Amino acid sequence: MSAISEEILAQAIKDLAQSEDLSQLDQVRIQYLGKKGLFTQQLKDLSNLDPEQRRAAGQIINQAKDTFLEQLDAQKIMLEHAHIAKRLATESIDVTLPGRGQAVGGLHPITTTLRRISKIFASVGFEVVEGPEIEDDYHNFEALNIPAHHPARAMHDTFYFDASTVLRTHTSPVQIRVMESQTPPLKVIAPGRVYRCDSDITHTPMFHQVEGFLVDTDVSFADLKGVVYEFLRAFFEKDIQVRFRPSYFPFTEPSAEVDIECVICGGEGCRVCSQTGWLEVMGCGMIHPEVFKSVNIDGEQYSGFAFGMGVERLAMLRYGINDLRLFFENDLKFLQQFTHKNG
Amino acid sequence: MKISEKWLRTYVNPAISTNELVSQLTMAGLEVDSVEPAAAQFSGVVIGEVLSLEQHPDADRLRVCQVNVGSGEPLQIVCGASNVRAGLKIPAALIGAVLPGDFKIKKSKLRGVESFGMLCSEKELGLADDAQGLMELSENAPVGVDIREYLSLDDFIIEVDLTPNRADCLSIEGIAREVAVLNKLDFKTSDTQMVTPSHSDVLAITIEATDACPRYLGRLIKNTNPKAETPLWMQERLRRAGLRSVSAIVDVTNYVLIELGQPLHAFDAEKLTGGINVRLSQADESIALLNGQTIKLDNEALVIADSKAALALAGVMGGSESAVTDDTHNIFLECAFFAPQSIAGKARKFGLHTDSSHRFERGVDFTLQKRAIERATQLILEIAGGNAGPITEATSESSLPTRNDVEVRRKRIEKILGVTIADDLIIDIFQRLGFNVKPSSEGWLITPPGFRFDIAIEADLIEELARIYGYNSLPSSNLLMRSELGLAPEATMELDRAKDLLVDKGYQEAITYSFVDEEIQSVIAPNDKVVRLQNPISSELSVMRTTLWSGLLKAALHNTNRQQTRVRLFESGLRFLEKDGITLQQKMLSGIALGTVAPEQWGETSRKLDFFDIKSDIHSLFDLSGTEITYLKGFHDALHPGQTAEILTKDGLHIGWLGMLHPTLEKNLGFDSKVFLFELDQNLLLSKRIPTFKPLSKFPSVRRDLALIVEENISAKQILDCIETAKESTLQDVRIFDIYRGKGIEDGYKSVALAIFLQNESQTLTDSETDSILAKLLNTLSDNIGAKLRD
Repeated sequence: MSAISEEILAQAIKDLAQSEDLSQLDQVRIQYLGKKGLFTQQLKDLSNLDPEQRRAAGQIINQAKDTFLEQLDAQKIMLEHAHIAKRLATESIDVTLPGRGQAVGGLHPITTTLRRISKIFASVGFEVVEGPEIEDDYHNFEALNIPAHHPARAMHDTFYFDASTVLRTHTSPVQIRVMESQTPPLKVIAPGRVYRCDSDITHTPMFHQVEGFLVDTDVSFADLKGVVYEFLRAFFEKDIQVRFRPSYFPFTEPSAEVDIECVICGGEGCRVCSQTGWLEVMGCGMIHPEVFKSVNIDGEQYSGFAFGMGVERLAMLRYGINDLRLFFENDLKFLQQFTHKNG
Repeated sequence: MKISEKWLRTYVNPAISTNELVSQLTMAGLEVDSVEPAAAQFSGVVIGEVLSLEQHPDADRLRVCQVNVGSGEPLQIVCGASNVRAGLKIPAALIGAVLPGDFKIKKSKLRGVESFGMLCSEKELGLADDAQGLMELSENAPVGVDIREYLSLDDFIIEVDLTPNRADCLSIEGIAREVAVLNKLDFKTSDTQMVTPSHSDVLAITIEATDACPRYLGRLIKNTNPKAETPLWMQERLRRAGLRSVSAIVDVTNYVLIELGQPLHAFDAEKLTGGINVRLSQADESIALLNGQTIKLDNEALVIADSKAALALAGVMGGSESAVTDDTHNIFLECAFFAPQSIAGKARKFGLHTDSSHRFERGVDFTLQKRAIERATQLILEIAGGNAGPITEATSESSLPTRNDVEVRRKRIEKILGVTIADDLIIDIFQRLGFNVKPSSEGWLITPPGFRFDIAIEADLIEELARIYGYNSLPSSNLLMRSELGLAPEATMELDRAKDLLVDKGYQEAITYSFVDEEIQSVIAPNDKVVRLQNPISSELSVMRTTLWSGLLKAALHNTNRQQTRVRLFESGLRFLEKDGITLQQKMLSGIALGTVAPEQWGETSRKLDFFDIKSDIHSLFDLSGTEITYLKGFHDALHPGQTAEILTKDGLHIGWLGMLHPTLEKNLGFDSKVFLFELDQNLLLSKRIPTFKPLSKFPSVRRDLALIVEENISAKQILDCIETAKESTLQDVRIFDIYRGKGIEDGYKSVALAIFLQNESQTLTDSETDSILAKLLNTLSDNIGAKLRD
């Protein structure tokens, strides 16, 4: 009996040693320990012996089985290691080759700039509103205190469809449309395309503006200054010098132009800032009483400020773009510079 | 407006540098555009007098001059100018002088004759772009004095860009007044004496249009010298103001225009018939203007006329027939106040813009005319001689502008500016500005002076206060506003999200012009009614786009013409469409794609884009919003008739188009590969389904695959719709996973493989239940679209 067990064990260990992979190893396990395995069979056969013999023989078989299991585990570990070592040896690649699949596109730098502007203002509760681009004379001019023949009309080279229909020359008409339909307090920004009949190196007939305005019971020029300072610092991510200069817009009073220290030369004076050290970036002011009158808001009870900025200008300063016309040529070599590829 | 700094400083001379002065002006709202030296750099040029001259022995055109330069012996200087003559005073560059362009003057020999300097023209000194001969100086110019000093050339020309409200600063005096206010100094006005008439002839003046011309002054000046030369100092001041010297009389009127801001006009008195009449033009009248242009008038232009004809377009430009010429001895000098609203727009209507119209339409001080005509008379008599007659004045007092009191309240100042300004300072600022100040119960009553046309309401006064107080001295507050909670509307998807998805799928965002070439527009969408610009910038940008494809196709071509073989662009923006007499402005999201599916890469074979690649991109957008849509085979003028899908909402609303560019257009536009386009209505695209929860079934789902044989013309949509009609409650999903044509399938038929997913919410489906459901579905398919099960 014991001799048979010894024999089986010797063969089993030989078989273990000869298995070359985990599946062969498993076959060996089944051959000896499966339902019909040789060790299993031996244990089953014990029932034919008398109790005395059964105990002694059982011990021998179990010892052989334990030895087999030990060897099985050892072989398994060895094979697993060998398997990994083999993968490591064969699966080595050139990790510097590029990845595959679709490449990412990108947003237009104007959109990126508009999104940043909107995000900054939205963080203090400004609502984004859009308006029509084909606009009537009333909303584009009259209601903004620019009657016919006003000298300020000469500053807007207007595209006309007929005597009373124009392509909006600024985003300010959105101010009128919002104030006509809503009551204060109002905190709004209005981004969008605007049009002027002008085309040369520094002008394109279409460009983008963001108009912003705030109307409430106690809004002062000091609030306007605060908002503009904070916005410009947030936009340029820099503690930038800002100055306010008196100016004139028919729809605000007092009116101001806002200059920032030249972001190209840091205020030393260069070609971009015409040696002045300053760059004009937006116009703003307190909403004119005539504008409030045209939208039936009580200018005694309420006051408000408005500002408007050129998006191309801000994008050019932010990204160092030196030619306005590039924005509308849509050359992939230009557009792709504003995605991760160059970033 | 350009002014000479030196001239300005004769009125008010603050102890600040040019840079400080310029910055002060800019920060007070008179934006300085440029500061240029009045003359190029040069040195070593003095006033010389030609004592005698003789012909050069070896050169016909050269003369050898003896020139007194004020010190030592006269210098021998060889000169080639034709106007050189004995007694002439000229700028003489001495040995060692450096002329503009770093041109050094050395002792030299000209054709064998020694020359110890150079006599100069205006051009050589950088004072003019060209010159006929030597610069001729006045007879009493002091010999030996440096020419820079004599002509005050160490000066700057300051160009101020004035906003339309500041007409009061369109003169030296006006800017001087502002500088005085800013520096708390007094300024002295130009010295004007009344001229005593030396004859009594007058021209009668009638004003018919008193509203448009409330005041008109005129005087006859006889026996002036038409050959009189404008003195150099005046020429120089005019030059620095950007005006060319014309003749003594015209120069004087221009000089007073710059000095006081009052336009004047001189007529040749001999060419006038009868008296002066200021009236509206008649419909058939025309005037030949000084600039050579003849304009046809309507019946609302204001003109200066005599008893025969219109002589001048009032406040804009004089006529050529009554103009002063070099034979004119007797002149009629006019000085008027025209109401701004009567001049506004008139010049532009005739394509004109003059120094005069620029000032009148913004507002000229209506109290200034008497002083201005006296000042001009005085200068004319000084320069051209003559005898002045008495001034005739026609004024309609009731038509003159009024200057009403405007109240400014302390509380309002605080509310608008966010700062309390001391009473003393407020009063001081207004008084320095020339305003009359009276106290009122809540603040002050302010009367603006005649030269201010921009002060009518309280806000105008607050602006003046802020301006002089200094915008940068005003406080800045931290925005502490009451804030309401923001909204987060869920039934609309944000456009940004849709754009981001396209970006992630490899599209680059483009921005193209909203106006396009009518030619491209009309081949892409021949049936769309376009909105046309009246004054386009060019014919290539003359109509508003009815589809964003017009711009995108052009942008794609721009790139394919630059060796790009793979282009994917999208754009978001309005399209403009005329429909039933109304202009629709519709927000669209559109795109174009051509080239390979993915960028060229290793380890994958590259494949050209097809319809379904783009459809998958578009469909992802709808998956994002959860909008249920259908695609129908459609027809669009720009697209391949076999590859055009119209996209509709569940309710049948048209969302947009998807398809391949028509091969004819592909060729005609200049593409050399297939082009795919899509255009979607943003409003419908971005309307979003708010999800509602359905309980999850605890029981397993079953997948069964069916291969159907259907006729070729049965669309996928028909198959899916047909299954839908069976209203099988356990049906969870159907997917088409293969289309097969060819061996084993009869011609005109195709095999469509479907995966059908079934699940019951209350129990596990048995095999026999599943079989009977499939049998039911097959029956429906067979009855409705003739589908058969593939063997």
